[in-house]
Amino acid sequence: MRMTYREALRTALTEALSADPRVFLMGEDVGRYGGAYAASKGLLEQFGPDRVRDTPLSESAFVGAGIGAALGGMRPIVEVMTVNFSLLALDQVVNSAATLRHMSGGQLSVPLVVRMATGGGRQVAAQHSHSLEGWYAHVPGIRVVAPATAHDARWMLPAALREPDPVFIFEHAMLYPEEGEVGEEPGPLPLFAAAIRRPGRDVTVIAHGGSVGKALAAAEQLATEGIEAEVLDLRSLRPLDDATILESVRRCHRAVVVDEGWRSGSLSAEIASRISEGAFFELDAPVARVCSAEVPIPYPKHLEDTALPQPDGICAAVRGVLQPAQAAGAKA
Amino acid sequence: MGEFRMPTLGADMVAGTLTEWYKHPGDVVNRGDIIAAVDTDKGSIDVEVFEDGVLERVVVEEGQKVPVGTLLAVIGSGAGAPAPAAAPSPPAAAAQVPPPTPPSAAAPAAPSPSAAPTAAPLPPAHGVRASPLARRLAADLRVDLTGITGSGPGGAIVKEDVEAAAARGGGDRSARMRRAIAAAMAKSNREIPHFYLATTIDLGAASAWLAQWNAAHPPAERLLPAVLLLKATALALLEFPELNARWEQESLQPAAEVHIGMVTSLRGGGLVIPAVHQVNRRTLPELMREVRELVQRARSGTLRSSDLTDGTVTVTSLGDRGADAVFGVIYPPQTALIGFGTPAERPWVVAGQVVPRQVVTASLAADHRASDGHRGGMFLATIARLLQQPEGL
Amino acid sequence: MATREAPPLPKTPAASGAIDAATARSWLGQMLLIRRFEEKAAELYSAGKIRGFLHLSIGEEAVSVAAIAALTEADNIVSTYREHGHALARGLPPGAVMAELYGKANGASRGRGGSMHIFDVGRRFYGGNAIVAGGLPLAVGLALADRLRPRPAITACFFGDGAVAEGEFHESLNLASLWKLPVLFLCENNYYAMGTALDRHQAETDISLKGGAYRVPSVAVDGMDVMATASAVRAAAEQVRSGAGPFLLECRTYRFRAHSMYDPELYRSKEEVEQWKRRDPIALFRARLEGGGILAAAAIEALDREARAVTDQAVAFAEAGEWEPVADLLKDVYARELPCG
Repeated sequence: MRMTYREALRTALTEALSADPRVFLMGEDVGRYGGAYAASKGLLEQFGPDRVRDTPLSESAFVGAGIGAALGGMRPIVEVMTVNFSLLALDQVVNSAATLRHMSGGQLSVPLVVRMATGGGRQVAAQHSHSLEGWYAHVPGIRVVAPATAHDARWMLPAALREPDPVFIFEHAMLYPEEGEVGEEPGPLPLFAAAIRRPGRDVTVIAHGGSVGKALAAAEQLATEGIEAEVLDLRSLRPLDDATILESVRRCHRAVVVDEGWRSGSLSAEIASRISEGAFFELDAPVARVCSAEVPIPYPKHLEDTALPQPDGICAAVRGVLQPAQAAGAKA
Repeated sequence: MGEFRMPTLGADMVAGTLTEWYKHPGDVVNRGDIIAAVDTDKGSIDVEVFEDGVLERVVVEEGQKVPVGTLLAVIGSGAGAPAPAAAPSPPAAAAQVPPPTPPSAAAPAAPSPSAAPTAAPLPPAHGVRASPLARRLAADLRVDLTGITGSGPGGAIVKEDVEAAAARGGGDRSARMRRAIAAAMAKSNREIPHFYLATTIDLGAASAWLAQWNAAHPPAERLLPAVLLLKATALALLEFPELNARWEQESLQPAAEVHIGMVTSLRGGGLVIPAVHQVNRRTLPELMREVRELVQRARSGTLRSSDLTDGTVTVTSLGDRGADAVFGVIYPPQTALIGFGTPAERPWVVAGQVVPRQVVTASLAADHRASDGHRGGMFLATIARLLQQPEGL
Repeated sequence: MATREAPPLPKTPAASGAIDAATARSWLGQMLLIRRFEEKAAELYSAGKIRGFLHLSIGEEAVSVAAIAALTEADNIVSTYREHGHALARGLPPGAVMAELYGKANGASRGRGGSMHIFDVGRRFYGGNAIVAGGLPLAVGLALADRLRPRPAITACFFGDGAVAEGEFHESLNLASLWKLPVLFLCENNYYAMGTALDRHQAETDISLKGGAYRVPSVAVDGMDVMATASAVRAAAEQVRSGAGPFLLECRTYRFRAHSMYDPELYRSKEEVEQWKRRDPIALFRARLEGGGILAAAAIEALDREARAVTDQAVAFAEAGEWEPVADLLKDVYARELPCG
C-alpha cells in the first residue's frame, strides 16, 4: 500500500506502542505538537502522556534518560528533532549508550531506539542541515540505520526494537513527504543488510538515506546514455554490509560513493577504504566520491544545492570513472 | 667495460620490455650466455650477451619497456663488481627504479647496491597506468599491458581494453605478432620492387638418395626433404650473393655467411623466422639437428636474439600445407625469399617417356633493386642442378 | 486537542511614569517597524521569496525595543533564531536584514545565514544562534573578554523559555555568577518551547526564581509593556554595569504567530492566543501614548506609514540584491585557505 514516509513511521510507532507495553516515545514536541515532522501526530491522544512524552529542550537529559529507561527494562523510542540538536546529547550516546554493555562486562543492555532527522535541502542553513550519521557510525557499541524508503521507514523501527543494543535511526528530512509502496511484511532483508535498489552492470553507486533517490535519478539519466548504474542503498551504516557492497563492486568493477556528509573523514571514506581493501583487484577505476562541499550548509538555495550531492554531480562522477573525457573534468 | 643494450630483434622492432634478468649484478657472464628475456611484439626472446665479464650493474629493471638501443646493463671486468651476495634491496626499491635510459645517455653514477636492486621481479608492466582489475585480468589472460592503449579514466588501461586485446588474437602477444608481421609485410610490399620466378624441380634423385639414407640410419638420424632443399639453396646462394644480402641505405650489402631464415608457423597463430646459421657449411645431419632444435625453440617461445636477427635470406616451405607454389613477400631488408611448394608425384618426361616423378615447385621472390630475372632464373636452375646430385650436398 | 488554561500573566505591576515624546516616538516607531517588517516577511515567505525557517516575533516587539534601548553601542548582544526584532531595534539597516532573509549577497550575513543567522559585528550584534541555548555560553565568553581586556561594556543575551531546560542555561548562569561577569540574561518567556508549554517543560514555571540557585539576581517583568520592560532592563543593566555580576531578567511575552511560519498550533487554543492579543504591546503602548496626550493619533499613523515605507524600501533593497556567485561557495569557512583544505 502506498503511504508517505511520515505515515509509514507513524504506522510503525503506532504498532510498536500497541504491541509492547514497555515501548514509549519521548522527545521534543512529539506529543502536543505532533512531532517536528509530524511523525507522531495523534499518538498522544491514542496512547496518553505516559507513553508519548513531550520533553523539555534537554537533549542530554532525555537521551540519557532513554538510556536509563532501557537499562531499567523499558523499550524507549527517543526522538531528537535533528541531528544537529543531537550533538547536545552526544556525551550520553558515546560515553554511556555505546559503552555500558562493555564496561559492565556484559551485564548491562541498552535496548534503546533513537530516531532523528538528518540532512539538508530545506534551506534551514548551517545549524539545522547537516548529515552527521557518519559520526555515529564511527562508534562501536551502537547500531546505525538509515531508511531511504517508506517501506524501510515502516519496518526498520520494529526490527530496531528487537535489537538488544542501541539502534539509531536517521531519517533524512527531505524524505518525510515522499510517498512509497509499503509492503505488509518486513520482507527478506534483515535490518543490517544493504539493498540493491536498481540493478546495473557498469558502476555501483552507493548511497544511503536521502541520497538514494538522487542516485536513482542519476541512474535514470545515465541509462539514457547507455550506462547501467547499479544503485546500492546501504540501509545500515553500522554495521556496513560489506558482503553486498563488495559483491556489487566485484560485478561492476567501478564504484561511486554518494554521501551527504562532508568528504573528509566521512562514511564515504570508510566505504571507499573497504572497497579497496576487499575488491582492489576487481577495480577498473579509482573509487569516486560525491559528498557535501566542505562548508557549513549555506542558506540560499543556489548555494545549498551546490553544496549538497545532486544527481548531476553523481552522473558526472559516474562518467568520470567510466570515460577519460569526463575524468578530466570530474571534481577531485 | 661493455654495455649491454636493448637489441633490435627485428627490423620492425622499436622497443622491447625487459621481462626477466637471468643474471644479476655480480654474476659472471660469458659470451653466448642468455642473460635476459625481452618481450617484443613478436614474442618473448632470450637475449644473449656477446662478451665475457661480470654483470656489474642493471640499468633497466624488469617490467620496463625501453627503446631499442637503450643501455640495459653494464658488463665489467669484474674488478668493480659488487659481491654476488650483495644485500637484497629494501622493499622500497621498486619505487627507486630509474627511468628508462635513452640510448645516448651517459653511464649513470658509480654502482652501488641500492642502485642495482636485485629485488624479486616486479609485476609486469610496472609504470603502466592500468586499473587493478586490468592488471589482474592481464595476468590471467597472459596479455601484456605495455602495448595496450587505455580507454579508462586518465587514459588508464581498464578491463575492456585487456579483454579486447585478448580477443584480438587469443592473447595480446599473438595479436601484436600478427600486427608486427603485417607491418613488416606491408613495408616490404610498399618499398621492395618484387619480381617472381618459378621452376619445377625433379626430386627423383633426391628422394631416392633420401630413402636410402633413412633406411640406413636410426630414426634420430633420419633426414627430412627440407634439409636437402635448405642445403641446395645455401650452396646456390654462394653463387648469387646479391640474393643473400641486405638492401640498406640504397645499397646492396652482401652477407658473408648464409643464415637461412626459416618461416615457422606457431601453434597459437603467427609465425617467426628463426635463422639456421651457416647452412652452407653444415652437413645434412647437422642441419637436421639444427632445424629440429630451432622449430622446437620457436614453438616453446625460447628463441634467442640471434635466432631472429641473423637471417640473410628467407626460405618458406609449404611442404605440408598442400600448395603447389608460394610467391612470398621478402622480409626486409633481405633481398630474396625462396619458396618450396608441396613435393608431389607428377607426370614427368624423361627421355621422351612420360613417367611419374617426385617434383617440387621452387619459386623466387627477389628484390629488383638487387637482382633481375636473368640472375634469378639462373639461381633457381642452380638449385635444381644441385638437387640432382644429393650426395654432394 | 489539548485544552488548558491560559498561562499566568506577569505579576509585576505595569510601570507607570512619564515618557517624553521623542522616546515614545522612537520606541513606537521601532515596534511598528518590527511588526510591519515581519508581516511583510510572512507575506514574502508565502510568495516564496523567503525560504527555510522564519520565526516571527510578532507580539514580542516590546521586549526587543525596551531591552536594546537600555544598551549602549559598546554593549554586546547575543540573540536567538527569533531575532529580526532584536536586529532592527539594534539599528541594523532593515534592507540588510530583509536581504538576509532573501539570502542575497547584500544581506547582513551576505545571505549565508538567512532568517536565523543575522550578524552585524560592527553593531556588536552576535546573531542569530539557532541551537537553543547555544548563545548563552558565547555571551559568558564575550563578557569574560570584556572583563579581561578590560573594556567597559556589558553583554545582553536573549534566549527563550525553552532554553531554560538546556544545560547551557544553568552552566552559563553559574559560570557568569561565579566569575562575576557582566552578562544581562534576557529571557523572552513566550510560554512555549516551540510547541511545548512552559508548564509542560518546567517544573518551576517562574523562571525568575531560577537565578537564585546561582546567586544571580533575577526579576520578572511584563514583556508586553514596553515602558515597564524598559525600566526593568535599565535597572538590571545598571546593576550589571556596576560590576555586581550577571542579572537575569525574565520578560513575559507571547508570540502571536506560529513557532515558525506555519504550524497547526495543536498545542494551544485560539482562545488563548486571542486573549494575549488583547494585550498586544503595540496597541497597549499606543493607547497609553494617545491617552496621555504624548503622541497624537495622526503622529502615530505617520509612524506606521513610515514603518511601512521603510519596510517597502527594505524589500526593494533585498530584491535589488545579487545572489552570491556559486564559485564563492567555500568562502568564509576559514580566515585563510590552506593547501590541504
